[in-house]
Order: sequence, then structure tokens, then C-alpha cells
Amino acid sequence: MFDLERWQEIFDTIRKNKLRTFLTGLSVASGIFILVILLGFGQGMQNGVAKEFSEDASNRIIVWTRTTTKEYKGLNPGRRIQLRNENNEYVQEQFKEDIARKSAIYRVGGSTVVFENENLGYSVQGISPGFQFIENQFISSGRYINELDEKEAKKVAIIGRKIAREIGKSYEEIVDNYLDISGIRFKIVGVYTDGGGDREEDRIFIPITTAQRVFNGADKVNNLTFTLSPSENFEASVEQSKIFTNNLKNYLKEAHMVSPEDNSAINAFNTLEESKRYFGLIGNIKFFFWFVGICTIIAGVVGVSNIMLIVVKERTKEIGIRKALGAKPWAIIGMILHESIFITAISGFTGLIFSMGLLELIGPHVEVDYVVNPSVNFSVAMSTVILLIISGAIAGFFPAYRAANIHTIEALRDE
Amino acid sequence: MIEIKDLHKSYKMGSNSLHVLKGINFSVEEGELVAIMGSSGSGKSTLLNILGMLDVANSGEYNLDGVPIKNLNETKAAKYRNKFLGFVFQSFNLINYKSALENVALPLYYQRIPRKERLERALKYLEQVGLKEWATHLPSELSGGQKQRVAIARAMASEPKVLLADEPTGALDSVTSYEVMDLIQKINDQGNTILVVTHEDDIAHMCKRIVHLKDGVIVEDKKVKQVRASEYV
Ligand SMILES: Nc1ncnc2c1ncn2[C@@H]1O[C@H](COP(=O)(O)OP(=O)(O)OP(=O)(O)O)[C@@H](O)[C@H]1O
Ligand SMILES: [Mg+2]
Repeated sequence: MFDLERWQEIFDTIRKNKLRTFLTGLSVASGIFILVILLGFGQGMQNGVAKEFSEDASNRIIVWTRTTTKEYKGLNPGRRIQLRNENNEYVQEQFKEDIARKSAIYRVGGSTVVFENENLGYSVQGISPGFQFIENQFISSGRYINELDEKEAKKVAIIGRKIAREIGKSYEEIVDNYLDISGIRFKIVGVYTDGGGDREEDRIFIPITTAQRVFNGADKVNNLTFTLSPSENFEASVEQSKIFTNNLKNYLKEAHMVSPEDNSAINAFNTLEESKRYFGLIGNIKFFFWFVGICTIIAGVVGVSNIMLIVVKERTKEIGIRKALGAKPWAIIGMILHESIFITAISGFTGLIFSMGLLELIGPHVEVDYVVNPSVNFSVAMSTVILLIISGAIAGFFPAYRAANIHTIEALRDE
Repeated sequence: MIEIKDLHKSYKMGSNSLHVLKGINFSVEEGELVAIMGSSGSGKSTLLNILGMLDVANSGEYNLDGVPIKNLNETKAAKYRNKFLGFVFQSFNLINYKSALENVALPLYYQRIPRKERLERALKYLEQVGLKEWATHLPSELSGGQKQRVAIARAMASEPKVLLADEPTGALDSVTSYEVMDLIQKINDQGNTILVVTHEDDIAHMCKRIVHLKDGVIVEDKKVKQVRASEYV
């Protein structure tokens, strides 16, 4: 490696065989280039899928009720089940350990919403501050509904970005102005955005306490929503949320005298179990791209080996001459390997730099469905280049070894 | 300088073998200029290749400058070739992407002589063969005679004990052949031992001794009065 004379000899050879060197280098560089771009888009797709399903906090649980379908303890089927504040309070107390965020929902039915004489046909829901995290919402302007609003049942509201857009005014003109909900004035304190996009930004939220008090809700609740505290891993989280959901349903069935066999009256949707499917999908995509990547590497290795084979074959006569002049077999092998490692290394890194550069440049701007910010892990790309160099060297070794051991006379005869 | 006793060589050709050298006995003193003649297929090249350690005999003894040459592995043979022998081939065997100077310097690379010194020494030998001005030219830019003179300079650059030339004039016209022989004679005049394989009588008579091979044995071995090639140039 540190034999200066050999470096000079190799540079001579490279300088005087520009085309051969260029072609060898080009195939290695383009191999790496393609591989990195491929891995980049694999990552991009993974990012895209992850984003697509990151709309809501992924361990969200939502509870709703319908009518009973089974007779139980002398009660007829077809009875409407109505959740109440006490149910909510009990659950929050009972499952304190498991719950991270919580919010009950009370839907204000048949309300009319008016902003500056304009009728807005949007639904109004009463919530708690925890709802922001359960729905994965962000604040564009102003603030979210807070604990104090809820505690004092203030007449405040937040509206979705989509609603703000339809009003057609700047956030400054909207926030801190007033809104009429069924004739009652509410102060708009903020505009929210939702990870789920437009279709989840068309609701107006007010504190649940206000909703119940002002719109005759008494202690009625439509839904209970929660997110759970994270467990050490995904599987454990799934298990935890399953148990939680079951316990929750059992309690609610008992409290509302619903038959344990009634699967319709009390419902709970557990997004974590749902997201398990998507995580599986992401896993498959990852696997697919690794598979393609590995195939590309193998193709690259085969390509490099082939080039080495051809290069050595082409140089058989030269090798014979060198041997006649006193080159020892290992000097021949060393020379060929040294040269091939040098060329694959230089061109491999060139391909790496170009492809990473391209990804850096266009990656952040790529945002079509399911492909977001294609990028590649530098150390993965680096190891690939090194793997290619090593395999190129190994692949080059055998023809070099054979060439170095061809009978000199035979090698000289080669044309 | 060279001493061989009862040298045998046969080539395996499938199931039967071809007996090419059938007991060669022959010695060469230092400073001799020997022509090896014989019809095509008589084993001249085979003999020269064995002397050059490019090939090995099946049996017999070979001493080069008092060193017994036997049981050589590739590495050792390479070392001896580099130290003791210079080769000149009919087809020149220059490396086509290297300049004349670099070709001449190549054996010195394998003697691990530093680049600068290598090129200086190579230039000296190129000057001796009258091609100093052509030092930077590629072989493809040289005539046949010039190529062979570069090859001779290369063979001489490592200052070998013996120069082995297999039909050095085989690919050249007669005028160029004489120029090459003139060069070989001059090198011999400096005391170098040289063996030349040739088909041509006039070339053979420019040596000091002619050895005739026929059917794998030496049938004639005589000293001759040397004809100076310079008379024809
Ligand atoms: N590697 C080999 N394998 C098999 N047979 C060989 C081999 N090399 C030479 N021969 C045979 O050995 C015989 C002698 O060959 P050699 O090359 O020594 O002849 P030569 O005297 O140099 O002939 P020419 O004047 O044509 O060069 C020939 O019959 C040739 O076919
Ligand atoms: Mg011959």
C-alpha cells in the first residue's frame, strides 16, 4: 500500500489506459449511484407511508355507544345507552396509570354558526385540552382550549384552518373576534391544523363544560377518547391497549347494565391495533427495498468481477513480459489488485458523492403521495461502497492469481 | 558460464508425449557469441526457454555461472531471470502503452531501483543502441528495427550474465537485421555472453560459434570466423 514505486507504476498504467480506466470506473460509479438513489427512494416511501398514517396519535382509543341488542337483567333490547360525566370521571380515575391524554366529546346538535353575518355550516363539539394530542392537532394562530377554559366553562372556540380559509380573512382578523353559535357569542381564541388535512379541519371546538352547560347537555357525553402511556415496545403497547379497551368496555357494560355478550351497545376503536397493519406494511416495504438493494449490490459485484476478468485477460501478454523481465507472481497480483482497488474506490466514492448530492438537492422537494424526503443513511451507503471495493478485490484476486501463474511462455504468446 | 548435461525435454500431448530435446550436452564460456541453428521444430526455442528459466527440463543438469538451476519455484525463477538473464524476442514484446524509455527501465523496477536512477540508467542504454532521441516514443511509433533495439537495450539494462535472443532478426528485413546484429556484436565485444537462435546462415556466421540442432540432439558444434555486420551496414 505504501510502496511509492508501485503507486507510480499504477498511475502510469492508469494515465496511459484512460479509456479502460474510465469504463471500469463508470460502471462502478453508476452501480453505486443507482443503488444509493434506490435506497433513497425506499427511505422516501417509508417516510411517505409513515407520514400518511401519522395523522392521529397512533395509540388512540375512542369509545362510542349505540342501542342494546340483547335482553339483560329484565331490560329489553333496543335501549339507547348514554355515556355520562360520571362514566368519564370513573374511567379517568380507575385507569390513571394507563392513560396519557384524555378527552370526552360532547357534540352540539343542530347548531347554527354565524361569523360576521355569514352562516358557516360546521359542526360544534365540546372537548378537553387533551384532545389536541389525541387528534394530533397543531395551532396555526392563537392558542388551544386550555384547562382554565374548561374549568370556568368559558365561551371560547377554536376553528379549523379550513374554516378560516373559507371565511377568507387573515388569522389576525379572525382570532380574538367573535362567533355566534346558536345565538350565543363565543370568542375565537385560535386556529388549529390537523395532521389529517382538510377533512379534519372543518370542526369548531369549544370547552366540553361550556358545551354541556350552554347547549343543554347536562352531564351527557358522546364519546370518550384516550391515548395511552407508551410501553417499552410496540408489541407491549398493542397488548396494553387491548387490555385497557377490554376493561373499559366491561366497566361500561356493567355500569349501563348491558349484557356481556352484547357487542353492539358499547364500542371501542383502538387505532393501535389498526396501525399494526400499517407498520407491517412499512416493514414489507423496507424489506422489499433491501432486497432490491442487495440484488443491486450483487449485480455490482458481478459487474466488477467481470470487468476484472476482462482487464486481466487483456493484459495477459503484458503479464508475460513482466514475468520474463523478472516480476514475481505476487508482484503481478499486487499490481492488479492495487490498481483495481484504487479505481473501484475512487469511482465508488464518486458515485456516492454524486448520488448523495442529488438526494440532498432534490430530496427535500420531493413530496408526492407516499414518497417524502428520499434520503439515505450515510453509513449504509459508505458500507456499500466498501463492500463493493472488497468484493471487487476478491473478485479481482482470482483472475489475477491465475494470470500470475500462467506459464510465461504461454502468456507471451497471447495476442 | 553455461553448462548443461544430458538435458531432456518432452511435451505431453494428450496420451502420447513429444520428445523434443533428447540429451543435450553443451557449454558456453564467458564472452562467447553462439548461434543456435536447426530446422523448424528442432527444439531451438525449447532449449533457449529452458536456458532462460522460462521452462523446465524433464531431466539433466544445468549450471549457470556455477549456480545449479533446479527445483525452481516461480518466485525464485523470476529472481534469477531478473538477475542473470536478458531476453530478446522475435516479436519484440514491448509493453505498448509504455514509452521506449519506460520499457527499458522496467526490469530495473523489479530490481527495486528507484525511479530516478532507473530512468537515468535506461536512458544510458537507449543511447547505446542509438535511440536516445526516441526515448519518449511509444513502441507503435517505432520501426521494427528500432523496436528490436529498444528490446535489446531493455535486455541489457539489468546487466545480465547472459543475453538470450530467439530469432531477434526474424521479423526484420536484411538491412535492419544487420544493424541489429551489429549491435549484438558490439555488446559481445564488451565481454557479454550471448546466445542467438536463428534460421539464417548469414546471421549465424556473424556469431563466433554455431551449434546445429537436429531431432533434439546437437549434430554439429563449430567455431567460425566472425563476419562483422558493420561491413554490410
Ligand atoms: N508448449 C508446447 N506444447 C506442446 N508442444 C510444444 C510446445 N512447445 C513446443 N512444442 C513442440 O516442440 C517442438 C519444438 O518446438 P520449438 O519451438 O522448440 O521449435 P523451434 O526449433 O524453435 O522451431 P522454429 O524454428 O519454428 O521456431 C515442436 O514440434 C513444437 O510443436
Ligand atoms: Mg522457435
